[in-house]
Amino acid sequence: MKLSTLTAAAVMVAGVAHAEMVAPTKVAFTEDGAVEASLTGKAGDAAKGAEVYGSKKLGNCVACHEITTQDVAFPGNVGPQLDGVADRWNEAELRGILVNSKMTFEGTVMPAYYKVDGFTRPGKAYTGKAADDTFGPLLSAEQIEDVIAFLMTLKEE
Amino acid sequence: ITVPMWAMADPDDDVLVLNGETEMVTKTAAPAHLSDAMDEVMSGWHFRSDETQTMQADDFDNPGMVFVENAMAAWETPEGSEGKSCASCHGAPEDMAGVKPTYPKWNDGAETVYTLQMAMNDCRTKRMGAEAWGYDKGPAIEMVALMSSVSRGMPMNVAIDGPAQATWELGKELYYTRTGQLDLSCANCHEDNYGNMIRADHLSQGQVNGFPAYRLKNAKLNGVHSRFKGCVRDTRAETYKPGSAEFIALELYVSSRANGLSVEGPSVRN
Ligand code: HEC
Ligand code: HEC
Ligand code: HEC
Repeated sequence: MKLSTLTAAAVMVAGVAHAEMVAPTKVAFTEDGAVEASLTGKAGDAAKGAEVYGSKKLGNCVACHEITTQDVAFPGNVGPQLDGVADRWNEAELRGILVNSKMTFEGTVMPAYYKVDGFTRPGKAYTGKAADDTFGPLLSAEQIEDVIAFLMTLKEE
Repeated sequence: ITVPMWAMADPDDDVLVLNGETEMVTKTAAPAHLSDAMDEVMSGWHFRSDETQTMQADDFDNPGMVFVENAMAAWETPEGSEGKSCASCHGAPEDMAGVKPTYPKWNDGAETVYTLQMAMNDCRTKRMGAEAWGYDKGPAIEMVALMSSVSRGMPMNVAIDGPAQATWELGKELYYTRTGQLDLSCANCHEDNYGNMIRADHLSQGQVNGFPAYRLKNAKLNGVHSRFKGCVRDTRAETYKPGSAEFIALELYVSSRANGLSVEGPSVRN
């Protein structure tokens, strides 16, 4: 009996997780630009998030941000330092900033990482050619959740 | 090395004296049409390292001058069915001093805004019976570098009113339009963030007074439209083509932002 209950529960969790995978066009923002629910229905992996943050091929957040405790060459300073960012923003707010920062900071230069429409002359990555059917968000739902988990570790207080 | 990058990220106050003779205007009051956006315009030269700056200050050290020499040879070489060279009609390259700072410029005959490359190609196709040069391709860019080199030290001075105005307006619109998946305009990087570091790149005002630019990165002369294309591509956008109506308009507009700065091309950049 116990076994089958467990199995049923596991199936249910998987089903729920699937149902909660939020598409880029379906993200619900609060009035202040936060996104309450995890895009994957799960918590992210902070270690993977750190990699997405620092990798030029993935988030390339270091192009504009510095985290002084991170050893990445040539961080940019177009955006603010992210040391202690989890003291300033909660998880839902950070998710909103990542999904579409313009919902939090009007007119910001920070790109929207989970958005697929409303662009002018969208291209196919960095080829200079027009976007084709491979066009997708800059980061996957999972990568976004990983970066959020990583940012949540940046506490100073 | 442990010093944070932005400690040295501000444009410097060095003075560019060309060949120990000509003092260049590399910072000056912004032209009137820009006064609501910025007070001072600055050459991209101020944003480069001392080593790169020094290279540009002396023709013997400037790797771009080799290409100017190629163009000097081409200037004298007859081409096309008419058996004429540029020199046959225009005399010495130095006689063209003062032409570069006024381009792009309205051409009455063609009733459109001409870039220097379009003016040169008119001479090639209509006056020499030769083939047009490909836009921003080697021979064209070398000749632009020669035309620029004889105007070095003269202030950029493109006209934005009269018949060129509509093209200028289009260029301005393009400058402020955010493109691509990164949703960034020229202004986002070169007006809002010059002086800041975007990764290892020190953002300048994106001025064109130094073009053609010899880039250490690709070891050749680069045209204005090719640079624009690279910047638009970096917003993850579909770019325009060198020589396109959009880039001609954008070149006119961006050139007008440099009005007052000395012509520097061929400059040295990274
Ligand atoms: C092109 C520049 C750019 C890139 C790339 C960029 N950001 Fe930002 N970011 C900014 C700017 C500018 C701000 C400040 C908001 C504003 O415009 O007022 C900001 C703000 C933030 C904030 C709020 C910081 C605070 O302390 O208030 C967070 C968190 C953040 N960014 C995370 C990221 C992450 C994570 C990535 C990569 C996945 C990233 N950013 C990529 C420019 C950028
Ligand atoms: C047969 C004569 C002839 C030859 C050969 C010739 N040009 Fe010209 N060029 C002209 C004339 C005439 C004009 C002026 C056209 C006008 O005002 O619309 C001109 C205009 C120009 C201009 C624009 C000048 C300005 O003040 O706006 C440039 C630049 C130029 N030529 C470069 C060249 C180059 C480079 C070559 C060789 C590849 C060349 N020309 C060959 C006759 C010639
Ligand atoms: C994502 C940021 C970004 C955007 C958007 C951008 N650029 Fe650039 N641009 C750069 C960087 C980085 C460089 C190299 C460093 C420098 O000179 O600023 C550069 C260099 C230039 C240069 C060479 C300046 C010199 O002195 O050699 C010009 C001209 C230029 N950009 C024009 C433009 C125009 C026009 C647009 C819009 C179509 C544009 N840029 C959009 C980042 C950008």
